Amino acid sequence: MTTIISCIPPALPSTLPVMDTKTVKKVASLARLSMTDQELESYRPKLENILKFVEQLSEVNTDGVEPLSNVVDIALTLRTDTLTDGDLQQKILANAPESTEGFFVVPKVVE
Amino acid sequence: MTQKSLTHLSITEALAGLSKKEFSAVEYTRAHIEATEQNRDLNCYITETPDIALRQAAESDARRAKGQAGLLDGVPIAIKDLFCTQGVRTTAASRILDQFVPEYESTVTSKIFAEGAVMLGKVNLDSFGMGSTTGSSAFGQTFNPWRSTTSPDVKLVPGGSSGGSSAVVAARMAPGALGTDTGGSIRQPAAFCGISGIKPTYGRCSRFGVIAYASSLDQAGVFARTVEDCALMLKSISGYDPKDSTSANKPVPDFVAGLQGGNVKRLKVGIPKEYRVEGMPQEIDESWHKGTQWLKDQGAEIVDISLPHVKYALPAYYILAPCEASSNLARYDGVRYGRRIEGKDLKETYELTRAHGFQDEVKRRIMVGTYALSAGYYDAYYVKAQKLRRLIRDDYMKAFEKCDVLLTPITPSAAFPVGQNEDDPIKMYLEDIFTISLNLAGLPGMCVPAMLNAEGLPLGLQIIGRPWDEETVLRAARGLEIAADFRALPGMLGTKMAA
Amino acid sequence: MAQIIKGRTGEWEIVIGMEVHAQVTANTKLFSGASAVFGAEPNSQVSMVDAAMPGMLPTLNAYCVEQAVRTGLGLNAEIHATSVFERKNYFYPDLPQGYQISQYLHPIVGKGKIEIDLPQGDVKEIGITRLHLEQDAGKSLHDQHPTKSFVDLNRSGCALMEIVSEPDLRGAEEAAAYLSKLRMILRYLGTCDGNMEEGSMRADVNVSVRKPGGALGTRCEIKNVNSVKAVQMAIDYESRRQVDIIEDGGTIHQETRLWDPTKGETRSMRSKEDAHDYRYFPDPDLLPLVLDNAWIASIKQTLPELPDQKKHRFMQDYGLGAYDSGVLIAERIRADFFESVAKGRDAKMAANWVLNELLGVLNKDGKNLDQSPITAAQLGGLIDLIVDNTISGKIAKDVFADMYATSKDAAKIVDEKGLKQVTDIGAIEKTVDQVIAANPDNVAAYRGGKDKLFGFFVGQVMKETGGKANPEIVNQLLKDKLK
Ligand SMILES: [Mg+2]
Ligand SMILES: [Zn+2]
Repeated sequence: MTTIISCIPPALPSTLPVMDTKTVKKVASLARLSMTDQELESYRPKLENILKFVEQLSEVNTDGVEPLSNVVDIALTLRTDTLTDGDLQQKILANAPESTEGFFVVPKVVE
Repeated sequence: MTQKSLTHLSITEALAGLSKKEFSAVEYTRAHIEATEQNRDLNCYITETPDIALRQAAESDARRAKGQAGLLDGVPIAIKDLFCTQGVRTTAASRILDQFVPEYESTVTSKIFAEGAVMLGKVNLDSFGMGSTTGSSAFGQTFNPWRSTTSPDVKLVPGGSSGGSSAVVAARMAPGALGTDTGGSIRQPAAFCGISGIKPTYGRCSRFGVIAYASSLDQAGVFARTVEDCALMLKSISGYDPKDSTSANKPVPDFVAGLQGGNVKRLKVGIPKEYRVEGMPQEIDESWHKGTQWLKDQGAEIVDISLPHVKYALPAYYILAPCEASSNLARYDGVRYGRRIEGKDLKETYELTRAHGFQDEVKRRIMVGTYALSAGYYDAYYVKAQKLRRLIRDDYMKAFEKCDVLLTPITPSAAFPVGQNEDDPIKMYLEDIFTISLNLAGLPGMCVPAMLNAEGLPLGLQIIGRPWDEETVLRAARGLEIAADFRALPGMLGTKMAA
Repeated sequence: MAQIIKGRTGEWEIVIGMEVHAQVTANTKLFSGASAVFGAEPNSQVSMVDAAMPGMLPTLNAYCVEQAVRTGLGLNAEIHATSVFERKNYFYPDLPQGYQISQYLHPIVGKGKIEIDLPQGDVKEIGITRLHLEQDAGKSLHDQHPTKSFVDLNRSGCALMEIVSEPDLRGAEEAAAYLSKLRMILRYLGTCDGNMEEGSMRADVNVSVRKPGGALGTRCEIKNVNSVKAVQMAIDYESRRQVDIIEDGGTIHQETRLWDPTKGETRSMRSKEDAHDYRYFPDPDLLPLVLDNAWIASIKQTLPELPDQKKHRFMQDYGLGAYDSGVLIAERIRADFFESVAKGRDAKMAANWVLNELLGVLNKDGKNLDQSPITAAQLGGLIDLIVDNTISGKIAKDVFADMYATSKDAAKIVDEKGLKQVTDIGAIEKTVDQVIAANPDNVAAYRGGKDKLFGFFVGQVMKETGGKANPEIVNQLLKDKLK
């Protein structure tokens, strides 16, 4: 079995900050993913490798290139303002972990 | 007919048999249910639905008796468990949705049911479509029905993410399957399992009801054992859907009629030199040469072309897809559906729910996407990747001024052992090197099985077409199929079956 | 002026910018076909899309786009031919997708301006920075259970227009005038009902202080300010808080603060800790929104006359003052009512009857103009009877009260009650002569110089005629005869 070792040009010297554990922790919190310190440590080098890998894009000069969000060559179609949906309370709540009297229920939000 | 012979029919052959009343849809379906039961060790299914299948098959027989048969009437199909199916558990191979039963049906599945297809069940995949092996499934790894002749005891991956779909079709547990392709998730598993699979142009099929991984890249497609079957299935799932703003209101050609017997005379076939990457295994290079020669022999014109930015497809993809995924998967918060793990407060409930509900690879991509979109890095990562995306698409568009289709390898290797590459995401990502740029460019691409390598494992070839030109892709693929005359069967089915 | 605070170290100028969220008047939500009407069973006006079920996709409501364009035109703003929907990512239980679909770098409406009306009839121009379309969130109820919050998604996905002003406002009064004017414009356009109690219009207020003419200070954004009065109170509180901090040697940190209406104070919102990192990016489920210039022009054709235009026209065409004009145009229905009363009649008289009589009594009864028992045509009929001397102004007030109670036409009431004015000079002269003859002492006193007694004679004559004598004729005859 042959695995391709590298078909990608080597990355340029890093211009972006490296992933430290503090950053991983912050990102995990932003993404609402609970992580033990051990997990944070195991994610750190993997994320860092991925970021190093994608950094090779910086070697391409993209001045004046318009970013492309979606390739589909059509115009956005619009919907008419007619009532076609809703009135599904039972179905909306059918998969809810917790509900009562038509409401979804979550642990109390303190403001 | 015996069960075995029924499960070896192509869809087109089966439809002929059904219409000639040689066997009923119930018999045909039952044969596949039995094959499914006999091959449970491959771990293809997350949810089998034999009761639904038999009911639908009986309904199909009734329709056919009244002369009202649809395009796929009575044909049992396996469905990637990323398509929402009303009343049938839909998990995305995740823990968080392991009990989720949609109250609605995806457009693509409703289209095949409208054509009379029979649902065998929901097949395995990499969790949320993220992976190339099915190894990230919360329901365990699916195994490739193929084994290498040199190490027949080593279990191989079926590819991914649609690995359940490719494995069932290769193992004759279903004549066709639905999949989705975000970075190669139809074409790579088709190649690993020695079958055909097509990802149409982005916007050809509705994404409504398909659990999203990366919205601007996801596209539904089909698996079957022949190009003609793929054409037939693709025809039935294509078309405009007002419920998906990115689906195109374009006429759907008759893809089956468009095959024209696989005539490639005077077809201009481009060979992109950048696909000849450093360290490419000999066997891959050989298969590519062979394919080129096959098409040439049939009268195609071979054109050398260049796609200078295509080598940046992989890094661009591994920014864009995680960015979109990090946002698409924010809805799995345990509030309205899904498994919830209660914490001491709401934030902890979110964090425990998501940490428990998502597989490692999913979390990794969410983390990368969250980081790349966050304040300060947006331009350096996301915008930069979008710019490369445009350059990559422009490269392809320019190439298509000189040729009608491109021919390329589809994977950098044959199917590999379970567990390999697992610790190194980058190595795993390299699996998609030949497939991923099509998703960035939105192009149709198809895998055709070409030959067996020295270890007796299938290798596929890829045909790439212009946007909205699946017809030419299918025609060229049919040309390859005729020349390749690939008849090998997976080891588990016994080599004597071949012929 | 309350736009300046006197501190220990001198004067401070209050600088305010507003972000107003206005719910778009439409039948259905911005990206789904579920009802957008206020008030219903919890989670009954929710589609699978609104609940962010797996695999659900947004489809854009054409009418909401039209309403945003109409509003942009009404704010004298540029309409962007291409705009982009982006995702604003954050977690909250009433935000089902985990992101809000909004517009960020490329909003549908760009820079515009409106005039606000200040107390002395002055006007001031306030810049509009932008208007963008976005989804509303659902509603969390925190007071139903000791340890749980309840979530209702009926409002989730309803279309909002976020209208952002330049920091051109100074002090609470200007902020209040801005909010009132904006509300008036939206109601004229029919793009938002402006109902602040039901939350159809919500204001976030950005407040900072600076030395007059100095560089802008650090601002704090105050959320949850849900009435014009609350806006004023929050600004007064917050600006004083900021001045106190600075004068005590502290610094203001940019933050989101919550207005607490019961305590009458603003406080820091710690839950917004992720607020600076919304990770905006273009929504890949939606393509750029491209508008046709001809279509925009056709929307412009259908715009109603807006409050400021109407006010200026009332002043010019009807000769009304700025104040009266301002009151008349405050509601479109009021201006329309006035104009149909004034049509072909004396405009000042019409304005007077609408403003001082009709609105006065409606106001006292807590009724709106659309509940008035007197129609515009009927009020016009009453004015006609005064002008053609059928009744006097005094009698007219009695007739008006009758009309208000019975909804009858003025002419009918005058007829039934025999209130028609006596203009027969001979008949009035007879009564005048009788009154003069009956009061020789007063006649002598008047002629002796007690001019004030003239009113006594008028009163006597009116009393004898049951108030129906034409007052001008009475005056003339008395003047002649008492010489
Ligand atoms: Mg805001
Ligand atoms: Zn907003």
